[in-house]
Amino acid sequence: MSFLKFISKNRLTVTFVLLGLLIFLFVILPLAKMIFASDAGILWETILDPEVRGAIGLTLYAALISTLVGFLLGIPLAYLLARHNFPGKRLIEGLIDVPIVVPHTAAGIALLFVFGKRFFLGQTFETVGITFVDSLAGVIIAMIFVSIPFLIDSAKEGFKKVDVRLEKVARTLGASPWQAFFRISFPLAWRSILAGNIMMWARGISEFGAVIILAYHPMIAPVLVYERFETYGLDYARPIAVLLILVSVIVFIILRAIAYRGDK
Amino acid sequence: MIEVNDLSVDLGEFVLKNITLTVNEGEYFIILGPTGAGKTVLLESIAGLYPIKSGKIWLRGKEVTGVEPEKRKISIVYQDHVLFPHLSVKKNIVFGLKMNKTTADEQNNKINWVAELLGISNLLHRRPDTLSGGEKQKVALARAIVTQPELLLVDEPLSALDPETREKVQHELRQLHRTLGITILHVTHDFEEAIALGNRIAVIGEGRLMQVGTPEEIFRHPNSEFVARFAMTRNIFHGKAERKSSGDTIFRVDGAEFIIAKEADGTYHASIRPEEILISTEPIRSSARNCFPGTITHILDKGSTLYVTVNIPPELSCMVTRHSFEEIGLHEGKKVYVTFKASSVHLFD
Repeated sequence: MSFLKFISKNRLTVTFVLLGLLIFLFVILPLAKMIFASDAGILWETILDPEVRGAIGLTLYAALISTLVGFLLGIPLAYLLARHNFPGKRLIEGLIDVPIVVPHTAAGIALLFVFGKRFFLGQTFETVGITFVDSLAGVIIAMIFVSIPFLIDSAKEGFKKVDVRLEKVARTLGASPWQAFFRISFPLAWRSILAGNIMMWARGISEFGAVIILAYHPMIAPVLVYERFETYGLDYARPIAVLLILVSVIVFIILRAIAYRGDK
Repeated sequence: MIEVNDLSVDLGEFVLKNITLTVNEGEYFIILGPTGAGKTVLLESIAGLYPIKSGKIWLRGKEVTGVEPEKRKISIVYQDHVLFPHLSVKKNIVFGLKMNKTTADEQNNKINWVAELLGISNLLHRRPDTLSGGEKQKVALARAIVTQPELLLVDEPLSALDPETREKVQHELRQLHRTLGITILHVTHDFEEAIALGNRIAVIGEGRLMQVGTPEEIFRHPNSEFVARFAMTRNIFHGKAERKSSGDTIFRVDGAEFIIAKEADGTYHASIRPEEILISTEPIRSSARNCFPGTITHILDKGSTLYVTVNIPPELSCMVTRHSFEEIGLHEGKKVYVTFKASSVHLFD
């Protein structure tokens, strides 16, 4: 078959491949160029910069803590939403997703209005020594706020796919509701839960807007990139950005490989 | 053994109400009803898995109405098996034993016992998704009985299986019931299945319990229009099969001798589908081996089709279209001939 004939026979596929290629390049080109155009010497120097390493470490750590908190508080809600029908359920499902659409700087300000020093929750936590302004706790709640929808949605879909009757059978065999949950529903939804955790963690790492409003310090990597860009210019901001991209991509790839291990 | 008293369950679209029944110790009890009659929900209510609106349930003299399902000692086997997909066959079976805190020794003994009983010892290390329908059914049964429940609930256990496996599993269920002496409550929409397995049958429909009795009672003396319709649109007989000197195998019932296509000897049930019986005013010469004269005793009008009962005896229900009904001019009391093939007579235990 000639090339032209092949094209005319597969017009839809060819068109879609070209369009798909376009958007793929759009995503990959800036990332690739930034990584490959950077000078190895400068990159090494950046790695040695304790402020940079501290910021990246803090980012990964804060995102991890927020994912753990999200896991503890989000999984029960995801399970409830998957298993029960109650008035207002649709509303709750909608509201949980609101952080995805709210501009993140606005989200940061909203959080400040609840967890700020002048407000009730902020004051309550202050009595036990936790403040959310310019603190690690502030970074974490900002990350939780913007990334929790990813975990809840994914876990909810996972629980929905588990046949309710599996739990029912478990109950007749002597399992309490807790045992049925931990031995049947949770392991069966685990893949979706893990995927949700990874998404939440990744989203936490990439958060900038809400964090910068609530806690400029301690400085997470996205804020550091911004600061270097503002004070010293592009050349100083780029190596940190490259490093941040590399670390996130590597960790993301490893986690996805774990999560999808054994998939056909 | 188990007593259900004035049970009502809300099914959203309709209500199952005033269900009262008693199942005796060691009985094989069938709940028979059309699809969508709420049979599965009734089982789940008895197991404590579905909230009931009102009524009471007693198990061995103790009221269990508000008791959690894990404390009732009632096992359930669903139509599509519902095995735990993330656990091996062995772990599926051992699940209930672990929940009931049995020792490792005891677990092994019981697994071996149940695996041997059901002939699934070679499947223990397989994953559920690698099993055939019949194998899954056996594993589900093993998982349900290994905890030695006081009552076993089975939900349409045969309808998801192919005809050959059906027969095997049906046999398996009867064996299980005999060897263990366990009380079984089995729901089905299949009349033949009900008659083949049940010591007693409860017919439910229109959200109510219509009749309870032995298969013979239900079939011979339906107490309501609903049960009558359910029974009358099916020809089921109890009789004897034997081989004649002519070489034919016949099924003898109420003095009539039906020629059948299968070799058999002994007491059986036989069924003939009403749509496979021809009605004519003169005897028909054809390849069909069974042709009998009789009298029309009853006509049930179902719109485009009618069920005509012809007494040979026994009484045979025949389905005819309205067109042929009017063309032949059938009416009660008319003498007619019924014709059906030997292969239309289906023999079952």
